[in-house]
Amino acid sequence: MKMVNLIINNVKVTVEENTSILKAAKKFNMNIPTLCYYEDLGIKSDCRVCVVQVEGKKGLVSSCSTPVSEGMVVYTNSARVLNARKTIVELILSNHDVKCTTCIKNMRCELQNLAKNLGIDENRFPSVFERQPIDDNNPSIVRDPNLCIKCGRCVDVCNNVQGTSVLAFYGRGHETRVSAVFDEHLSDAFCTLCGQCASVCPVGAITEKDDTDLVWKALADPNKHVIVQVAPAVRVSLGEEVGQKIGTIVTGKMVSAMKILGFDQVFDTDFTADLTILEEGNELIHRITNGGVLPMMTSCCPGWINFAETRYPDILDHISSCKSPQQMFGSLAKSFYPQKIGLDPKDIFVVSVMPCTAKKYEAKRTEMSVDGENPDIDVVLTTRELGKMIKQMGIDFENLDEKPFDSPFGITTGAGAIFGATGGVMEAAIRTVYEVVNKKPLESLDFKELRGLEGIKEAEINLNGTMVKVAVAHTLSMAKVLSEQVRNGTSPYTFIEIMTCPGGCIGGGGQPYGTTNKTRLDRISAIYEVDAGMPLRKSHENPEVLALYKDFLKEPLGKLSHHLLHTYYHNRNNKSQTR
Amino acid sequence: MLLKEVLKKYQRKEDNLIEILLDYQAIKSNHYISKEEIIEIAEYLSLPESKVCSVLTFYTFFSDKPRGKHIIQVCKDVPCYISSQVNVLKTIEKELGIRVNETTQNQQFTLEFTSCIGCCEAGPAMRINDKIYTNLTADKIKAILSEYRVYMQ
Amino acid sequence: MIEMKLISKRFGKINPLSIEEYIKFDGYKNLKKAFSMERTAIIEEVQKAYLRGRGGAGFPTAIKMMALAKETNKEKYILCNADEGEPGNFKDRYLMENDPHQVLEGMIIVAYATGGTKGIIYVRGEYQKSISLLKWSIDEAKKKGYLGNKILGSKFNFDIEVRSGAGSYVCGEEFSLIESIEGNPGRTRVKPPFPTQIGVFGKPTLINNVETFSTIPTILEISGAEFAKIGTPTSTGTKLISLSGNVKNKGVFEIPFGVPIRDVIYKLGKGIEKDRKLKMVQLGGACGPIIPEYMLDMIIDFERFEEFESKTGAGAIIVIDERFDLFDILLKIVQFFQHESCGKCTPCREGHIQLANLIKKFVERKATMEDIVSLESLARVIHQTSLCGLGQTSPTAIISSLRYFRDDYIDCVEHSYKG
Ligand SMILES: Cc1cc2nc3c(=O)[nH]c(=O)nc-3n(C[C@H](O)[C@H](O)[C@H](O)COP(=O)(O)O)c2cc1C
Ligand code: SF4
Ligand code: SF4
Ligand code: SF4
Ligand code: SF4
Ligand code: FES
Repeated sequence: MKMVNLIINNVKVTVEENTSILKAAKKFNMNIPTLCYYEDLGIKSDCRVCVVQVEGKKGLVSSCSTPVSEGMVVYTNSARVLNARKTIVELILSNHDVKCTTCIKNMRCELQNLAKNLGIDENRFPSVFERQPIDDNNPSIVRDPNLCIKCGRCVDVCNNVQGTSVLAFYGRGHETRVSAVFDEHLSDAFCTLCGQCASVCPVGAITEKDDTDLVWKALADPNKHVIVQVAPAVRVSLGEEVGQKIGTIVTGKMVSAMKILGFDQVFDTDFTADLTILEEGNELIHRITNGGVLPMMTSCCPGWINFAETRYPDILDHISSCKSPQQMFGSLAKSFYPQKIGLDPKDIFVVSVMPCTAKKYEAKRTEMSVDGENPDIDVVLTTRELGKMIKQMGIDFENLDEKPFDSPFGITTGAGAIFGATGGVMEAAIRTVYEVVNKKPLESLDFKELRGLEGIKEAEINLNGTMVKVAVAHTLSMAKVLSEQVRNGTSPYTFIEIMTCPGGCIGGGGQPYGTTNKTRLDRISAIYEVDAGMPLRKSHENPEVLALYKDFLKEPLGKLSHHLLHTYYHNRNNKSQTR
Repeated sequence: MLLKEVLKKYQRKEDNLIEILLDYQAIKSNHYISKEEIIEIAEYLSLPESKVCSVLTFYTFFSDKPRGKHIIQVCKDVPCYISSQVNVLKTIEKELGIRVNETTQNQQFTLEFTSCIGCCEAGPAMRINDKIYTNLTADKIKAILSEYRVYMQ
Repeated sequence: MIEMKLISKRFGKINPLSIEEYIKFDGYKNLKKAFSMERTAIIEEVQKAYLRGRGGAGFPTAIKMMALAKETNKEKYILCNADEGEPGNFKDRYLMENDPHQVLEGMIIVAYATGGTKGIIYVRGEYQKSISLLKWSIDEAKKKGYLGNKILGSKFNFDIEVRSGAGSYVCGEEFSLIESIEGNPGRTRVKPPFPTQIGVFGKPTLINNVETFSTIPTILEISGAEFAKIGTPTSTGTKLISLSGNVKNKGVFEIPFGVPIRDVIYKLGKGIEKDRKLKMVQLGGACGPIIPEYMLDMIIDFERFEEFESKTGAGAIIVIDERFDLFDILLKIVQFFQHESCGKCTPCREGHIQLANLIKKFVERKATMEDIVSLESLARVIHQTSLCGLGQTSPTAIISSLRYFRDDYIDCVEHSYKG
């Protein structure tokens, strides 16, 4: 690699060629502010906040897009640069619904932060802002165009990472706007509600729908027995919300915090992840032995279900009929659990904490109701919302004791935990399916080829002498690749895992802000660390799950399972075209 | 002519999008592309509708709302402005009884502004559909408009 | 002699529809000559001629040709920029309407010299006549074997296609042009990579202006060295000038570089209409500087233009007489850019509307001294920080007027006070 010497703010530095000025400066501890730049996404270079002065150049250059060159002399903070940067931020604010104190992004907004750092206490430009309607008619995501700064991050993610093409730029010049096609509501525009747009939006223009009020209200209601389940991916990311290092495992403290918040029982979704494996694993075996529809595709990711129902309605019978772990928990929480503790299901208020925005929608599906009337899950919170509640309550998270999850959904296995990472469901399934079919223990439980951030991963497993190919995809662009094969009948696989979000749930749309591939890898290692540290690492060895079958469900794929733990999908492509 | 017939002329290549929109919009009497047509074009080219829509809203030739049979576009830039003996826009507004960005009630004319159309040596200039008219005077404008009015009967 | 007709020599002398008349008038002669030369020798001639791009930026054409020639990709595009959307510019239309084959010949020679495989002419949608003439001429050239496979019996294949714009000035900017050809909104891309590396459809692409291509046959005809003798040492050859506004004789004139602006206005343009007084002249087009009467002795060449911190060499001269108010003119200019901005980058998207608001205060005589400061500061930030040439050059008129017409501003503020 060729090295390049340059001078940044009078500091002599040497970096690899083709490094951007932005990265070079950062490497030497000089941070240049940015707005449109987002690690791992394309360079858009449109906000112009990162401009710097380069000796010999007439204008200022954007440091995110300009590569270093030999002998370059750069000033990142000269008077001219500061004035330009300030002017740019003032211009943004002159077309912005400035309302920080009541904004969902208050104190965590990149624009607000930038304005503060630049010392903008007055805007020289009069406001030219014109109010537009807010789109909040879906359960997951709120899009407030009045706060959009046209940075293009969401458009990039939606088109290039997810391949969903819901969001785009319309119009031009001052009339440029980001919207769904025909200015439809997201819900009508085939949005998968994955929330990846929300996780990268630097401002409050796309956010999760905040449901914390509903939870506070339930917690304050003495007649409600409020229980909560926490998804596998939350324990390795919540720490970031409360100031801990990325990838810190905070399981025990998280349970304590939720007890302080007032939840009557704190349960682990890992438990129903184990249950999912038993149901889904048996479904797979059933499909293989009875000539059922193959490849079978996983069903635990609601963004993927939304994607398939709108874009691939013709392959819905490939998708496992198993409900997601969240919804399996929901059915049990409104059937088995009230029976067991002797309460009326109506008095039980079920909250989930998920890394995901699409889970909010999933919980609202009419199918997801044991009594056919009330939703099994009352409220879904994202990791960010739980973090917000912890802060609202003033909990000193760091100094909390560690507490275990409550029974009967408290004992879990490593297999359930790794559901949070791309490839995890597959790995967990193989651990069980292999042992059930081959009736002998696996030599190694670690399927390294299924781990990591590669878009599509493959493995082969030996089931009773037949080699079976499986594949794992994360991001919807990758899901598209595998779905096309399934549609065309060219899929070489028997079983396919699909996760909507990059990296799987640990990279979900409801996870702490600032998620990058590096963050994802750190969270993934934490998840596998949880797995490795568990006394039990196979779902079919979970004693509470086995007890549940013995006492209540009887057998995987049995009548009650079918009623409580399985579901069906709809063709939602009412527009008869591919998007 | 049906959209299908226009589409048939073009290969299913993304870069034909603008040509298709131009071609089809020109033969439509109300000179716009409807939602249904956007969907059909998107499907033909295997593009997301959002893409078709963003192209449609970027270029000023296109409209997603119905317009009149004849689109009058008056140049609003400096060379035409300083060469004008008359206020072209006002003259047309008076003549047709509409304001800029409006369509006459009989759906015959829509009046719009345009950026410079490259006839600065012969300003003031305007475009009606594909045709350019230059060196406009009040009388000339009236004559041109009445010609179009005759056409339409 | 102020005029010098090299590339406009056939204007009005031949029927542009007739390839025979073009051929009779030295047409395609230089293509044959090119075929008898080494490819590198052709580029050398262009280099010796020191031909600089006629589309505005004045970048040396030979450097771009060399860059394309060294790319090894099997497919290479030769793109002719005929988007000519800048108010005050119409000389490319004259070239296409009066001598379409000259454009084609230039493109074919450049393609041959650089290994180009496919040509595209992107013509603004308003130029319907140019579009049909070019399409016709391409067909004619194909019939005669100047285009298509095995051109003139050689092994060289090259074809040209015409694409229409759809109403967007910014599509004249290189990457916006490429985006538009690919069927996208004309929003520019981040550079690097440059078009000669990754251009249209991901292939190496050479982009030149209509006039630049039209000059190529002449360079081969008279040789690069002879061409370089015309004009000034750093601005060689001739330039087409689009003269408009309040002059008696408007139109396109070909002059050697180095002619004073005054001569163009008073000799070619025959002076100001109705012998009014000249108030100001805008050079280059909407993105060019506005200068007062006393600067008219400035000669036309790239260097003088660059002094205005804008590279506006497209060759428009817009003459504005005493009847007009500086601020009315500036408002029209700013509104043009506000409307034509692609909306991608902040300073240009949000800045023009604020510039317009400020200028409106002057138009309405409600301005203060602070407004002068704000205007200057904002104009400079837009100029310095915009992503593409549009925003980088759009404030030139304002910035130059602040320099040369400061009195108008002060007067205006004083009048505003009186109220
Ligand atoms: C906003 C904008 C509009 C432009 N429009 C044109 C145009 O209409 N025609 C043109 O030849 N160049 C135009 N240019 C310049 C081109 O980007 C490019 O420099 C030129 O086509 C290169 O050709 P040349 O080297 O032959 O001049 C424009 C540049 C900008 C920034
Ligand atoms: S998006 Fe940011 S800057 Fe805008 S109102 Fe919200 S917190 Fe304030
Ligand atoms: S939620 Fe996902 S699919 Fe919907 S707009 Fe955002 S990124 Fe696109
Ligand atoms: S919605 Fe957010 S991410 Fe999308 S362009 Fe606007 S500010 Fe950027
Ligand atoms: S300067 Fe920026 S907004 Fe303006 S046209 Fe160029 S890229 Fe678009
Ligand atoms: S971060 Fe570089 S332009 Fe936005």
